[in-house]
Order: sequence, then structure tokens, then C-alpha cells
Amino acid sequence: MNDLTTPEAINLERRGFLKASAVAGGGLLIGFYLPLTNRAGEAQAAAAEFAPTAMDGGSAGNAGAVFRPNAWIRIDADDTVTLRVASSEMGQGVYTAIPMLLAEELECDWTRIKVEMAPANKAYTNPLIGQQLTGGSTAVRAFWTPLRQAGAVGRGLLIRAAAQTWKVKEDECRAENGVVLHKPSQRKASYGELAAKAATLPVPAEVFLKEPGEFRLIGKSTPRLDTPRKVNGSAVFGTDVKLPGLLTAVVARCPVFGGKPKKFDATKAKGVPGVRQVLAIHSGIAVVADSFWAAKQGRDALVVEWDEGTHARLGSAGIRAQLEQALKKKGVSVRNDGNAGKALKAAGKRIEAVYEVPYLAHACMEPMNCTAQVKKDSCELWVPTQNQTGTQFVASQITGLPPEKVRVNTTFLGGGFGRRSEQDFVAEAVQLAMATGAPVKLMWTREDDLQHDYYRPATLNRLSAALDKDGMPLAWRHEIAGASIFTRVFPNFIKDGIDGTSVEGAANLPYAIPNLHVSWVMENGAVPVGFWRSVGSSQNAYITECFLDELAAAAGKDPYEYRRALLAKHPRHLGVLELAAQKAGWGTPLPAGRTRGIAVAEAFGSYCAQVAEVSVERGQVRVQRVVCAIDCGLVVNPDTVVAQMESGIVYGLTAALKGEITIKDGRVEQGNFNDYPLLRLDEMPEIEVHIVKSAENPGGVGEPGTPPIAPAVANAVFAATGKPVRRLPIRV
Amino acid sequence: MISLSVNGEARDLEVDPATPLLWVLRDTLGLTGTKYSCGIAVCGACTVHVDGAPVRACVTPLSAVAGKSITTIEGLSKDSSHPVQRAWIALDVPQCGYCQSGQIMAAAALLARNPKPTDADIDQVMSGVLCRCGTYSRIRRAIKQAAELKAKGA
Repeated sequence: MNDLTTPEAINLERRGFLKASAVAGGGLLIGFYLPLTNRAGEAQAAAAEFAPTAMDGGSAGNAGAVFRPNAWIRIDADDTVTLRVASSEMGQGVYTAIPMLLAEELECDWTRIKVEMAPANKAYTNPLIGQQLTGGSTAVRAFWTPLRQAGAVGRGLLIRAAAQTWKVKEDECRAENGVVLHKPSQRKASYGELAAKAATLPVPAEVFLKEPGEFRLIGKSTPRLDTPRKVNGSAVFGTDVKLPGLLTAVVARCPVFGGKPKKFDATKAKGVPGVRQVLAIHSGIAVVADSFWAAKQGRDALVVEWDEGTHARLGSAGIRAQLEQALKKKGVSVRNDGNAGKALKAAGKRIEAVYEVPYLAHACMEPMNCTAQVKKDSCELWVPTQNQTGTQFVASQITGLPPEKVRVNTTFLGGGFGRRSEQDFVAEAVQLAMATGAPVKLMWTREDDLQHDYYRPATLNRLSAALDKDGMPLAWRHEIAGASIFTRVFPNFIKDGIDGTSVEGAANLPYAIPNLHVSWVMENGAVPVGFWRSVGSSQNAYITECFLDELAAAAGKDPYEYRRALLAKHPRHLGVLELAAQKAGWGTPLPAGRTRGIAVAEAFGSYCAQVAEVSVERGQVRVQRVVCAIDCGLVVNPDTVVAQMESGIVYGLTAALKGEITIKDGRVEQGNFNDYPLLRLDEMPEIEVHIVKSAENPGGVGEPGTPPIAPAVANAVFAATGKPVRRLPIRV
Repeated sequence: MISLSVNGEARDLEVDPATPLLWVLRDTLGLTGTKYSCGIAVCGACTVHVDGAPVRACVTPLSAVAGKSITTIEGLSKDSSHPVQRAWIALDVPQCGYCQSGQIMAAAALLARNPKPTDADIDQVMSGVLCRCGTYSRIRRAIKQAAELKAKGA
């Protein structure tokens, strides 16, 4: 049954179980077990943790309240409604969207809610990922149903409490804005007044969810709850954590991948005023000081002799040659429709191309950091992390403490983009906190950040296609060579030898092509690779959408009409394609010197098409306008969807126009924003976002805006120059 | 000892005069609203006002601001009532928010000396402050809205 179209009765017995309980002071607490996380024992540690922290702006005075595991909602006698967010806020708006899901069904007063970040706990596992991890544009998708259920249970119990108190029928009562009303008798009671009574009631076996037509919050542009703190300097990011006696550390790491320190001389470093200790840790030599500046000065004064290991001669040309060799191997078949090999052999008209993309750094504006304090029987972390499960696990492994003794306080994230799902900075901080016995803030410089990243994989791609007599594709073959992310991060996610992240955006090519073969050769090298906003789709959408434009050009057809003809069986792709084309005025005349390019991609459960208007002047590509159509199913916060499309476009545009990490002598050649430039305000195109009205379940929004932009721009450049863009960044 | 004024408060600091103002603000004075991101005056996240002019705190030694008046994001207004902050709230400009102190301080300095900036004026000044989340369109709109608020004396 589709809970978007009918009020679905959800059987909670089957889905898990709920429990309401009283908190000190007469409040109501809704405990809620998600289906994947029925592990009450492990969640007990959360019981004492519903104490608000200043960082979250949480309610004061509730410390010590009794707390049930897996709680999302807390209502106090003073009418305070506290909602928990288990997904990291890194700009994508979950700090507002997640409370909207809860509040929609709870019918609380939105203007009076308090939000706090959840601690690391299995109870907060993202059901789509199986970890407490913010990634894959899953936060709203994963929690869409369970958190509305959690809210509905709260509302139901409050209504029941009122009905029993007034000795009236439940169905004569309704909840609105934090109050239960009984119209026939004109009685009303606030949630705070009802909380103590509601807490004594057994949880109903089933709850009814609203129909979309009944939504009061969902679907309406709602101001972000974090904005006020982000305009006055009070939002606490990882770098801003303050603790009594806090020390700051920076680490000297071997510039060559895989290298390690041979010996070091700390004499001069220790002579820098404010430097406390110089320590060898697993990743290098750490300088611990009273302040960042002292630590940095200390590191500059440090003399380290490195054992550069086996990669000291590695360079970008060598890596490319390695990928070329890999492409000669027979890859693992990822998708095989019809018989592409045979169709290509028999083809009259055959088109071939080699596409490549470089390594990319994430370049979060907030460099990596983590603050840790380790005591005999506890470890506490303050960290901008996307992956609380991983953070807790790594700290547990290093300290030897059980995971429940590791408290993770998630700060705001100054950008994430996948980088903050890694734990390298956590491991460093925990080691330093253990070694010093003091709270330590481990800080990375910008240079550390760009030179010790987990990069978006560089890939080499060979594409071949055959066209029929009408110019439509008969066969398509896409051979990919590149490094695997899952091999290092989640080896269990590799299925049949395929890393899904390497082939997403290529294996799911939507076009009606009878003979289609996609294969992948895993070629892992010394350069570490990781999740980068929209992951495989970030490069594969570029490669496939640009090659498709090459086919359209060979067929002498308009690239938009060519796609339309091939997408007849994919209405959602077609819907965004047509909307973007229409809003962009596809086919209408442009000012002299301007061209258009179009691209469409499905990623993370959403469909996105973009039309880029580009001018090429004196060898410079300038993107003038981008029209974006997004179908992300049912929309929770429309203004956030618009913002995320703008954001995904800018992230992808920076990569398409500028982004390239190169390797020389085993090390990254770029070091800061002067040689790894980001898109600037004066290069910002005019962006228009159009949202498709849809009743489908929500799709992701954090990443789907990124894949279409590089091919839309590259296709516009192709239209301008007649030369396909087969390598990023775009150089004309 | 170096004396200066920070957000209207006189401060006497026993800090190495070569220390960048950014780290004096953040680590010595606890004013963490001003951010570190590049350390080489390329990104603008550390923008503060020195006697009203926008300055990159990450490359400004403390000695260079002796006797001067510093304003950080915390001191721009007491209650987020500066027209730039109000416009930022109205348009929900920030995403991750990390660069926004620098954006707001740069925008406030621009409006202080140019109450009606053109697109070109905004381009020239604001292109020096980097944002990775793509808030540029909203920054442009918010600066215009702030200019209007200011003109109305609101």
C-alpha cells in the first residue's frame, strides 16, 4: 500500500515497537525502534543522553531526565517539544527537514520546537545504509516513513490522554499546534499539560499517517532552523569547540602516499612558545600546543626525514598509463542487454571515443578536525562527522573502550560532500587525546586537507556505439577503468566483483538501446579514493551524456529530440528533460556567441535535467545560465530543494571548469585555493530551478543536482566548437 | 603588550605580535565566529573589519592592528539586526554556513562605503569570498535587499 495516497494504518507490532514513558517533571517521551535496529540492549547507553547540549541549542534544565532508547521526541510539562536529528547538517538542510517530518504528524507548535543532534547510537541507524551515516542523499528518504510514524504515535497518545481526562470520545478530539481540542465542549489542553498522562498510556498498535493533502508543513518552504546561528557567528562547527584546558594539535604527514617518518628532530619545534609536546602517531608527527598558531609554528620548525616508500616516483602520466593497461583487460560485466559486441562488428556507422576524468579533492570550507577527550572509562568526541557509527567504532578500537562508552557530539559541518564520512581525522585526535591525557583539538590546514584527501577516482573510459540507418543507437559499449571506493570502505558492499559506486550513472543508462554492454576494470592505485558528492554519477553522467551528444551529432539530430526519442519508456527522465528544455527555451535563438547544452541523469532516487547556456570567449568557457528541472518525488522543503540544486550545480561546475588534482613524485601538486581554485561569485551563472510536482516517495536532493551540470556545459561547448569535450576539466 | 579594540571593548594582549589576528580572535579571545579556511588570504572566510575596512585576519599580524578598532561577526550587531544579517535571514542564504561570517562581513563593508552597489560592484568585492555550497545567487540578492533595507533606514 502506498502511504502517500491513502491513510495507511501501520502495524507497529510488525514494524518494531514503541514505548512511551514518563520523564522527570511529567513529560512524554516516545521511544521508537526502527526495523533494522531492534537492539534494545545496545541502545541503553542512550538512556542518560537526552541531556541537551549548548551546541544544539537544546532545552535547558532537563538533564537527568529518564530517557528511553531510540527516542526522537520529548515533550516536557512546560510545553517544550524537543526533536532529535540523527543526520549530520552539512548545508543540505536536514536540521530543518527531519524535524518537519516529526512535527508534521506530531502537530506540535513549529515555532516552539527545539532541535538537538542525536548521539551515536544504533537506535539512530539510517535504515537505507545500515549505519548512522549521512550520505547517498538518503536522510529524508530513509526517515520519511519512520519519523512520521514516530510523530503520529505522539499525537495519538496526546489525543488519547485528553479524551480520557475529559471522558469524551477520541474521535471528537483533534490536535493542532501543540494543543488538543474538543470542539463539542470547547475544551482544550496543551501538550505539556497532557504529557504526564500520555506517558502512562500504552502505545497503540497502529497509527494513521496523513494524506499528502493534509500536510501543513511538508511541501511548504520553511525557513531553515540553523540560519539564525549562521549569520551571527554562534553556530558551533568542529573548529569552534571550546573546552577547559583544550590543546590544539597539527600533524606533519608524509607528502608521499604510503610514506612514513624515518626519524625526526623536535628540538626547534619544542622551542616555539606554546608548544607542549611532539609525538609520533600512526599518521605522522604531531605537534601539540596551547593554540593553533603555536602548533602550526611548531610543525613548521619540525625536522622530519621521511621514508617515502614505494610511490615516490608516481605521477599523473604513470597513473593514466596504468588505466590504459587496465582498459585492455576484460572487465567484469555490469550490464549486458542484447549483444553489443556482435552489433558493433556488424555496424555500418561506428563511433568511438575515450573519456577521462581526473582526481578531485572535496575541499570542504572547514578543514578536517576533531576534538577528543579520553578518560579511563570514557571517550568523548566533538566532531563534524557524517558517520557517527564509524566515528564511534574507530574511537572504540583505539581506546579499547566499548562503543557505548564513546560519546559522539556532532557539531555543524562546514561542508561534507562525502569527505566527512572518513575517520582519519578522528583516529588522529583520539590517539593524541590518549597520549596527552588532555582534551585535544586536532586541526588540519588547508594544505593538509587538499593533499591528504580521499579523492574522487580518476577514470578512463572507452565508448563505442553503432547507429542504425536512421541514426538511432543500435549498440552501446562502455568500458570503465578506475579505482574502487568500496574495497577500502565497505568491502561487503561489493557484489559479484562490482563496486556499484564505480558504475552508477553508467550501468543505469536509461536510453532505449537494444544492445548495451557496460563493463568495469578495477584498478586500485596508491592514491586513496573516496565518496565525492554524487560519487560515480559525478563522472559517469558526464561521460555518457557527452557521448550521447556525439551520437546525436553523428546522426545529425538535435540532442534534445534525440534523448526524447530514446526515453519513451522513462517518464520521469522525460518529464524533467522536457521541463528543463521548455523553461530554457530550447531551440529558440540565443544571443550571438552563446550555445546550449542539455543533460539528464537519475541519481539517488531523483531525476534531474539541466540546460546550460555557455559562451566561449578567448579560450574561456563562461556559463551564463543554467535551467534545472528536478523530480525528487514528494518535496519536504521546497526552498531547500532549490538551494540544493544551486549547490549541486556549483559543486559540479567547479569540477567541470577547474577541478583537477595531479600527482608528481608521489604527492599531490596542489596545496591551496590558489592552485585548486573554486568557482567564484563573478563566475556564477544565473540558475533557475523548476520542481516537478510529484506524489512519488521522496528522492534525494543533496547530490542529484551535480551529475547533469558537467555534461550540460560540455555539450554546450561541443555545440560551440564542434569538438567534443572528452576530458575534464574543460579546456578549449 | 598590544592594545586594540574588539567589538567595542578595549583589549590589552600579551601575545606574540607576529600572530595573525585570526588566531588571536579565535584562540585568545574565543571569538570563533571568524573562520579559518585557507590561511593565505585567498578565500575570505576570515574577513573582519579593521577601522571599518574589510581585512583578511589570517594574514594580518597582530602588530599591524595595534591601536585599531576591530569588528567581527559577533560585533556586527547585538541581535542580528544589521541589514545584511536581516537580508541573509530573509533569503535563507547559508547552507553549511562556514564561509558566511566572511561573506556577511565583506558585504557589510561593501554597503558601508557603497550603499547602492551594482552587479559589477558586488562581483568585484564578493568574488574574493569563496563558498563551496553555492550560495552566491542568494548572496547577490541578499546584498541588494540589504541595500534597500538600509536605504529605508530600517
